[in-house]
Amino acid sequence: MAAETASETVSVTGWGRTAPTAARVIRPRTYPEAVAAVRDCGARGGIPRGLGRAYGDAAQNAGGTVIDVTGLDRIHVVDADAGVVLCDAGVSLHRLMEVLLPLGWFVPVTPGTRYVTVGGAIAADIHGKNHHVSGSFARHVTSFELLTADGTVRTVRQGSPLFDATAGGMGLTGIVLTATVGLQPVETSLMSVDTERAADLDDLMARLTAGDHRYRYSVAWIDLLARGAATGRAVLTRGDHAPLDALPARARRTPLSFRPSRLPAPPAFLPDGLLTRTGVALFNELWYRRAPRARTGELQRLSAFFHPLDGVPHWNRVYGRGGFVQYQFVVGHGREDALRRIVQRVSARRCPSFLAVLKRFGEADPGWLSFPRPGWTLALDIPAGLPGLGVLLDELDEEVAAAGGRVYLAKDSRLRPDLLAAMYPRLDDFRALRAELDPRGVFVSDLARRLNFQEPA
Amino acid sequence: MKDAFGLPQSLLVLGGTSEIALATARRLIARRTRTVWLAGRPSPALEAAAAELRLLGADAHTVPFDALDPGAHEAVLGKVFAEGDVDLVLLAFGVLGDQAHDEREPAAAVRVAQTNYTGAVSAGLIAARALQTQGHGSLVVLSSVAGERARRSNFIYGSSKAGLDAFAQGLGDALHGTGVHVMVVRPGFVRTKMTAGLPQPPLATTPEAVATAVELGLRRRSETVWAPGLLRVAMSALRHVPRGVFRRLPI
Repeated sequence: MAAETASETVSVTGWGRTAPTAARVIRPRTYPEAVAAVRDCGARGGIPRGLGRAYGDAAQNAGGTVIDVTGLDRIHVVDADAGVVLCDAGVSLHRLMEVLLPLGWFVPVTPGTRYVTVGGAIAADIHGKNHHVSGSFARHVTSFELLTADGTVRTVRQGSPLFDATAGGMGLTGIVLTATVGLQPVETSLMSVDTERAADLDDLMARLTAGDHRYRYSVAWIDLLARGAATGRAVLTRGDHAPLDALPARARRTPLSFRPSRLPAPPAFLPDGLLTRTGVALFNELWYRRAPRARTGELQRLSAFFHPLDGVPHWNRVYGRGGFVQYQFVVGHGREDALRRIVQRVSARRCPSFLAVLKRFGEADPGWLSFPRPGWTLALDIPAGLPGLGVLLDELDEEVAAAGGRVYLAKDSRLRPDLLAAMYPRLDDFRALRAELDPRGVFVSDLARRLNFQEPA
Repeated sequence: MKDAFGLPQSLLVLGGTSEIALATARRLIARRTRTVWLAGRPSPALEAAAAELRLLGADAHTVPFDALDPGAHEAVLGKVFAEGDVDLVLLAFGVLGDQAHDEREPAAAVRVAQTNYTGAVSAGLIAARALQTQGHGSLVVLSSVAGERARRSNFIYGSSKAGLDAFAQGLGDALHGTGVHVMVVRPGFVRTKMTAGLPQPPLATTPEAVATAVELGLRRRSETVWAPGLLRVAMSALRHVPRGVFRRLPI
């Protein structure tokens, strides 16, 4: 029998720090402990949790069990010739970078933070700045081992229905224990980055459409407080891993070093309302002005290019105890009108959002509940206490759904449940598979309860 | 489940004909609430209230509940919670009584105390335990500014609300960290059928305004809500007025 596993009832929230609920948190250190945790998770079920970077309630389970998989943190095999890693689901992308970069390999997909686990990356089927080239994370996963509700461990290969249900399935099919992930070869740990400014939203979309195919990584920071003719003005940063010969002689001696620095964390109890409209508008103005109109080939560190916010631990605290909401949606190509209207509405409402990002997605991914689909995705952070925000986001949902788009479940904390099926047409397949795989509903989360994942449409 | 803005999907109202509670229910139904349980003494008014909420699109049910029969609370609330999670319990029952009459008829005064305090202690504890088991939810308790400092003109009602208020505050502290949020709402004079015919003091408010304050409190996860907010200042001044002066005040 497994050794004693620590467990305690604590209040749990997502990264946005809204809607806390209490759960018994168990942190298994071995596979048998994980199996025991699933068997004993009680009447209100269990849900796996990684590093808690989902913004909403995806990794919460009120009154039930939250299975913290960060204790499963071994990297088993690295094939440095073929570029494949086999590791536990609780290994973070940060850890993978530390181990793999010196060997000349990089993770195939990274979101805006390195502090996500491999299991979480599969469960949310995360995407990164290279989605238009490389697709989502699960595309690079050849297989994984899944601990399902009956307590058995199955090997799930890419292309099988269970794989596609689990990729983007928000942890509701089971717990990923290990995964085999294909990697991206790199010569250096630096990025060669081109920066340019876009004067407004149409200019931005035109630049992204015209130039994205030339870059592996592409994203635009967008100023949602700019109004009038400047609505949707943006700074585009696009680039690729720098080749060795692009480095200055000094840097060429240690081309693969990876030592990201971190600032001290903000205090735990900051008041609400630090991010005022004026403050954010000022920040946005400076950020826009500071960016060069056009600069090519700038060398940036990986962490600065991909994960600037990781430099500040617990940066979510700056939103105060009221927390914040992240809203990310995608609308297809040809529905730029919907995107334009949404940007105009958010700008007109003067939402103090300084982390708004626009990206052009590539092909859709096979996961049944995977978020990406070809088109435009916009992500924005807004303090949860902003008056009228709930109603505004509901209106944006309508706009997104009418345009055939969807919102990202890993970031959601407030979607109206009746829109879920419209946004995710394969939800019925997912429900059917779950009904068969997990008839008692062992795997359940606050998100699943809130959005009625259990009920047939 | 409540969403990021504290908006519930299911609501249980204890005191299902309370105008403040129904105004709150209407407001919440306009946002996220789909399931509503109206608990109260069976009456045409209770059924009419449920019918009105159904017209707004809610799945509204009525359950027989009597604050004066604590022995039955366990069974009544147990039945509601067995049907599914309850995101918000609104403890809204209460009677004003008739101060002059109740002073002469202690039995009537006891009924006020038993309804407003004893009944709430029983229902509040049972609801709190059920919420704690599900690991989430809010218990919103309608207290009153009358409980902040007992006045000559309605100290029977006021003392019952004072007891309720203290109880709910303590319960909130007891449940801190359990995922359950307890919010004490202290409305001032609210224009309802309960107060019809009484002279209106300054800062009088409406059930709709209290409902707005409740929604805001849920979003902020507040522990205490005054309605209107200015009462907080007014009452903190009144609380410090010397007894000799206070009893002569025309309030």
